[in-house]
Amino acid sequence: MTEYTDISTVDWSRAQFALTAMFHYIFVPLTLGLSFIIAVMESLWVKTGKEEWKKATKFWMKLFGINFAIGVSTGIILEFEFGTNWSNYSWFVGDIFGAPLAVEGIMAFFMESTFIAIMFFGWEKVSKRFHLTSSWLVFAGANLSALWILVANAWMQNPIGMFFNPDTARNEMVDFWAILLSPTAINKFFHTVLSAYLLSSIFVIGISSWYLLKKRHISIAKKSIIIASIFGFIVSILTVYSGDTSSRDIAKIQPMKFAAMEGLYEGGTNIPLVLTGIITKNKEGIEECEHSIKVPNLLSLLTHLDSDAYIPGIKNVIEGYTSHEGKRFLPIEKRINKGQEAILALKEYKFHKKNKQTEEMNKSLKIFRENYEHFGYGYLNTPQEAIPNISLTFYSFHIMVSLGFLFILIFITSCFLIYKDKIEKYRWILWINIICIPLAYIAIQCGWIVTELGRQPWVIQDLMPTKVAITDIDTSAVQTTFWLFAILFTTLFIAEIRILMTQIKKGPQS
Amino acid sequence: MRTIILFENLSLFELQQYWWMIIALLGAVLVFLLFVQGGQSLIYSLGKEDKHRTLILNSIGRKWEFTFTTLVTFGGAFFASFPLFYATSFGGAYWAWITLLFCFIIQAVSYSYRGKENNFLGKKTYDAFLFINGLISPVLIGIVVGSFFTGSGFHLTENYSVRWDSKLRGLELLLESQNLILGLAILFLSRTLACLYFKNNIESKGLISKVNKSLKINSGAFIGFLLYWVTILIFSDGYTVNSDGIVNIEEYKYLHNLLQLPINSAILIIGLILILVGIIISIKKPNYTKGIWYSGIGTVLLIFSIFLLTGLNNTSFYPSTTDMQSSLTIKNASSSHYTLTAMSYISLLIPLVIAYIWYAWKALNKEKISSQNIKNEYKY
Repeated sequence: MTEYTDISTVDWSRAQFALTAMFHYIFVPLTLGLSFIIAVMESLWVKTGKEEWKKATKFWMKLFGINFAIGVSTGIILEFEFGTNWSNYSWFVGDIFGAPLAVEGIMAFFMESTFIAIMFFGWEKVSKRFHLTSSWLVFAGANLSALWILVANAWMQNPIGMFFNPDTARNEMVDFWAILLSPTAINKFFHTVLSAYLLSSIFVIGISSWYLLKKRHISIAKKSIIIASIFGFIVSILTVYSGDTSSRDIAKIQPMKFAAMEGLYEGGTNIPLVLTGIITKNKEGIEECEHSIKVPNLLSLLTHLDSDAYIPGIKNVIEGYTSHEGKRFLPIEKRINKGQEAILALKEYKFHKKNKQTEEMNKSLKIFRENYEHFGYGYLNTPQEAIPNISLTFYSFHIMVSLGFLFILIFITSCFLIYKDKIEKYRWILWINIICIPLAYIAIQCGWIVTELGRQPWVIQDLMPTKVAITDIDTSAVQTTFWLFAILFTTLFIAEIRILMTQIKKGPQS
Repeated sequence: MRTIILFENLSLFELQQYWWMIIALLGAVLVFLLFVQGGQSLIYSLGKEDKHRTLILNSIGRKWEFTFTTLVTFGGAFFASFPLFYATSFGGAYWAWITLLFCFIIQAVSYSYRGKENNFLGKKTYDAFLFINGLISPVLIGIVVGSFFTGSGFHLTENYSVRWDSKLRGLELLLESQNLILGLAILFLSRTLACLYFKNNIESKGLISKVNKSLKINSGAFIGFLLYWVTILIFSDGYTVNSDGIVNIEEYKYLHNLLQLPINSAILIIGLILILVGIIISIKKPNYTKGIWYSGIGTVLLIFSIFLLTGLNNTSFYPSTTDMQSSLTIKNASSSHYTLTAMSYISLLIPLVIAYIWYAWKALNKEKISSQNIKNEYKY
């Protein structure tokens, strides 16, 4: 598969996909969480009949609508880019990866797009209850959509429930439920959607705080803060919990990524938790964390609920190690050799099959099966290629976690002050609430950087390196489309921000 | 006797055919929903006056998500059921698909942004985006579907890695006249359907009299291009695959398919008749509003049967013009039995999806759109 691989095409294809995914994910989290807040507000309107709830619902819905269109339009590019830029990937795992995308379309997108039309245009055309049901179905559709795409992403991080078919040279699904209900998928779904709800709560609190500072729309702003701070507090606690289970899962299935997140070069037992630190290159030329503030034994404790537990570092993953559970992991060098044996065995299998040499064919297949778990390593040139970008992964992870805890404080403070009806008196807190809006976006983007950059060089963990997954295409073509997308996205982003700011300035009454 | 509903009991080939029919259905619904694009391509001719343009865009603007979602689902279903096509066509015809993507990005935001204050590019620019999307998307979709019959230059390695043999990376599809004719037929079909939809959905005498004139021109062009394309198709060769999976060229392959698949041919003819019925009655009776339903159902039937024509009866649905044995068929391009079975259970939700779309559509279209009633509503 690699005979045509051009590294510059790989880099540009990655850049294009990262650009699209990061731009897309500016808008998606707000859709996921704001739809819930809107549905709750509308429920309160239907229940109490108070017009202020309706006004608040319509206002947040307007912001939701501006955000929704751009999220949808960038989503379609991601789906199609799997084909346009990652065609080897599309065949190698299309049997598994395509299914969640199709299910997403059938189950979620139609639900979302159908009921969003009712949500915006149906106020005077359908009953109150039907309209409310539509608002809840928009929330359900958006979150169902997230479920399926995250199941697909989780499978790339933890490929299970499949079998490699040497005749078709691809992985084929054998257990749909194992893919859907894998711990990685469950953790990923909950952590991602909860963090999206968290961002939406911060967004609502921040904008409402601005109104309080300006002494405008005070009643609606306070009502919005009540809903968002309670919701935000609950989801932030759940986000911490899902983050913790997610990290433990990563430690088990992606030890290199885990080591990169912690900047841990040399592992061992009783590993401390790094609160903060600086990444520098060591004697071997590999990045690791130094000058750090640490809590003794805590990483071992959090990861394995045992302060004496062993955790491998980057060096250990490269050189081979025995995990806390007692499983032996081979050095990368050996895995590369075994991966190459698997690739060669597949080639020989095909050759013998073509020549109808059954015995030799079975022999090659046996060698292939024995070495398949190392298949992807056969495409790596050196063990060092298995190391992701440590500094970006480390800093992104620590920024995300630190901001997450800051947001919990914000929710607690807002809950308390709104309960005491004193929030307007603390103008500096209102300002912090506003500043938290961009910080929430930074945190959520950092989360995806950890997920996607930390798992490099793999597009499918241990089975397919990213460089093998690309389409055979000239670099210049991908460069051109990268810049076209960059210009278009920047233009649309400016338009989006300006429209959003104008609508916020106008406020709920307009 | 086996129970048909248990998809596990179907053979791989039966599942492949079932999924080709699902793809055909999604493709057909997508082409019908291109009336949104057709309407956008008419904004400068029918919507010279601002009030008319506002009516047009608020009429079709309430349906753009359906077209968009159907396109995404069509792509997703193709990926899941025939991943080799996804890898081949999308990766190979790079520029065709990327151009289509650009057209759709600018569409989604334009509806949302055009009427908003401080929208950076100005209303005229967003209207131009909508026009570009309306004009180019149907042509490109037609061209890509056309390539199911004319093929593309590619070959597959022993591990099914795709190598595209043209440096133009999809632009060469535009140079194939047969593809271009189908693209133009789809464009004029979308414009025809848009005219019929406006008659059904908009309350404005001034605008509807312009729509009636436009309907005559666009439906005439559609029928002309469609008949031209069908004539070429009947006399053209096709790629057939034998029981050993060997691909050969067969003279008059699509004519043979028409004769050997009588039910499909009947669907095609009924579809064509319904389209014509909808158009003819709407032209003869200027106040007639139900033409969209005849022509809409006709479009779904026609396109559905065209898709079946290219995938069933041992036909290669994506022939390779440079390496015949690399041609894609529903047999060699499909997902595994297990995946198609799992997906088939999901497909049972489609009637439910159609039912709620129908219900919501009816609820929103209870009364026609007029300058008066959109004053009080969320509008584009």
